[in-house]
Amino acid sequence: MSTDILRFATAGSVDDGKSTLIGRLLYDSKSIFEDQLDSVERTSRTRGEEQTNLALLTDGLRAEREQGITIDVAYRYFATPRRTFIIADTPGHIQYTRNMVTGASNSDLAVVLVDARKGLQEQSRRHAFLATLLQVPHLVLAINKMDLVDYSQQRFEEIKEEFSAFATKLDVTDLTFIPISALHGDNVVDRSLNMPWYEGPSLLHHLEHVHIASDRNLKDVRFPVQYVIRPHKADDPELHDFRGYAGQVAGGVLKPGDEVMHLPSGLTTHIDAIITADGDVQEAFSPMSVTLRLADDIDISRGDMICRPNNKPHAAQDIDAMLCWMSEGRKLTPRSKLVIKHTTRTAKVMVRDILYRLDVNTLHRDEDVSELVLNEIGRVNLRVTQPLFVDEYQRNRLTGGFILIDEGTNTTVAAGMVTQAN
Amino acid sequence: MSQSSQALGRYQLSQLDSLEAEGIYIMREVAAEFERPVLLFSGGKDSVVMLHLAQKAFAPGPIPFPVMHVDTGHNFPEVIEFRDRRVAEAGVRLIVASVQEQIDAGKVTEPTGRWASRNRLQTAALLEAIEEHNITAAFGGARRDEEKARAKERVFSFRDEFGQWDPKSQRPELWNIFNTRINPGEHIRVFPLSNWTELDIWGYIAREKIELPDIYFAHSRQVFERDGILLADNPYVNRDDSEEVFEATVRYRTVGDMTCTGAVRSTATEIEDVITEIAATRITERGQTRADDRTSEAAMEDRKREGYF
Ligand SMILES: Nc1nc2c(ncn2[C@@H]2O[C@H](COP(=O)(O)OP(=O)(O)O)[C@@H](O)[C@H]2O)c(=O)[nH]1
Repeated sequence: MSTDILRFATAGSVDDGKSTLIGRLLYDSKSIFEDQLDSVERTSRTRGEEQTNLALLTDGLRAEREQGITIDVAYRYFATPRRTFIIADTPGHIQYTRNMVTGASNSDLAVVLVDARKGLQEQSRRHAFLATLLQVPHLVLAINKMDLVDYSQQRFEEIKEEFSAFATKLDVTDLTFIPISALHGDNVVDRSLNMPWYEGPSLLHHLEHVHIASDRNLKDVRFPVQYVIRPHKADDPELHDFRGYAGQVAGGVLKPGDEVMHLPSGLTTHIDAIITADGDVQEAFSPMSVTLRLADDIDISRGDMICRPNNKPHAAQDIDAMLCWMSEGRKLTPRSKLVIKHTTRTAKVMVRDILYRLDVNTLHRDEDVSELVLNEIGRVNLRVTQPLFVDEYQRNRLTGGFILIDEGTNTTVAAGMVTQAN
Repeated sequence: MSQSSQALGRYQLSQLDSLEAEGIYIMREVAAEFERPVLLFSGGKDSVVMLHLAQKAFAPGPIPFPVMHVDTGHNFPEVIEFRDRRVAEAGVRLIVASVQEQIDAGKVTEPTGRWASRNRLQTAALLEAIEEHNITAAFGGARRDEEKARAKERVFSFRDEFGQWDPKSQRPELWNIFNTRINPGEHIRVFPLSNWTELDIWGYIAREKIELPDIYFAHSRQVFERDGILLADNPYVNRDDSEEVFEATVRYRTVGDMTCTGAVRSTATEIEDVITEIAATRITERGQTRADDRTSEAAMEDRKREGYF
């Protein structure tokens, strides 16, 4: 049972074969149950389809089944003896950017599908760009429908070259190309005999073996205080004065005895103990949820940050960030006032300026911009009413990411990634 | 953390440790941001795991919110006994939202017919209790692997003042940042086990040595068969003469109302045996044992929109 979890997002234009691929991964890993398969077979038959449409396995809601489209991020689960997988299945229609950004935010890896016949589309570039914007550490370009191009190595190399040229403009750390046929299963689970020229791993093999342990930030100690535990047990001498700071480690490795600094106060103290319900631990790292006991009595509350004295996040009220605007009802304009939630801290924020809008297809920066609408991405300058303890998103996704909330409707209207702070 | 995670590399968590860390994080987030949360506790395995997580999240302090049970009046007596004992051990307050009281007050009508079940009536009792106690957040044990409508539901799932879920206007969830803002009268359903699979739940129960109601393990019971589902012979179900009662060795895979929760034939008396059986089974837990999900392709989605768990 001792496997780790890989979270990955899948992206592709409509009909590139994303649902078929996911259906196949679930099917071949025996994650599909008989009654689910029966129901899919029945629906396929009523629709007059000849083959059982594995894509139906991943179509959840009634509206989607009726219209035959996927409209929202859905999560799927499967496991092999080596790993447990969580797929964020992000649909390729309208709302695309919003869904992909959402799915990619928690992902260790992104699979972008390309139809081998059509080659790189504008959408493929966009998907790859969004994955890198969200700093998904590993990117896989799955070149699908190889069966329809006679499993041609030349076709594969052409697409690979074209994408590699484009990728130089992106911040890609790990890029893998895999030729597959989702429909027939080539290179999905097992290496394909139809493509002897391909020497790399199958998609599943890659997913099982890609190294993700060092993707999380282990350098910069960041512990956003989430909740203060005070049992208030007057009659229990052990717990009478107990005060523990609970939270999920967002970066670095914490150890008992470490000297730490509290923000915003700037006071330093030592970690007395790192507590869990199962006893004390000797180290804590992301994403562990633990409780810290500190040597000195400092006034600490939710929203504060614990770090190392010689390695602090920026305590910033002026923040430059890339924003993905997600609201259908409201546009972003300069001087918009919103609520920002960053780690465990919530504050008010004003958008000072929109610096540029980024064309997600061409990566062109349009500086003549006065607003951002749904699914647009731009760089903005924000002024927060109180300091936030941030890192550049590139350095740490958990202390560099934030959301914006509209106070009128309480909806989440933007995802933000810190590019610069002071 | 378990010793078994030693097999992993340094600074890697096993899947159960990651899921536990995520669940604890979610519980603390709710306790910090909501005024009156409640944990929906039925005595079923998922809610038992939630209660266990809550104890871990706030240790050495107590759980800072009450638990609530929507009692149809048709529950397994073993489960009610377990519920009361477990709640006392955890030192939490129990709120019971009673479907029977709703029926007696004439607010809802007792369904009739062959598949008559109070299952759907739970929604009204739940929503009324949420209103009465001014609940702002309710933890539910639903998992995304359970059912396809659930695969798309958020971890923090917004409900309007009628308790309804609108799948088309869900708040996007990014990183580990949850939008917890609501207006008076609205509430959020929070699902800390969203990313757990059925096997994760069982693996965790085994690892943490969590106690469950006995009916999850093989025992002998008077049952009868209806549409392929083994139902316990009980006073609340309308059984006709053609449906013969016989004795069988069974266990339950889910725990709901006696009227619509089916048993599976099994000899698994220990948790390891249950895990072996579950790992080998080829039918989903809801498909195998829940009559309430069989009414239509979209049964769960329809109930969820109305405000069901
Ligand atoms: N020949 C061939 N057809 C495929 C392959 N993958 C998907 N398809 C077909 O392409 C169509 C669209 O696939 P689907 O999975 O629904 O695409 P989605 O819109 O990306 O989810 C379906 O008719 C599939 O059967 C493949 O590898 N080879």
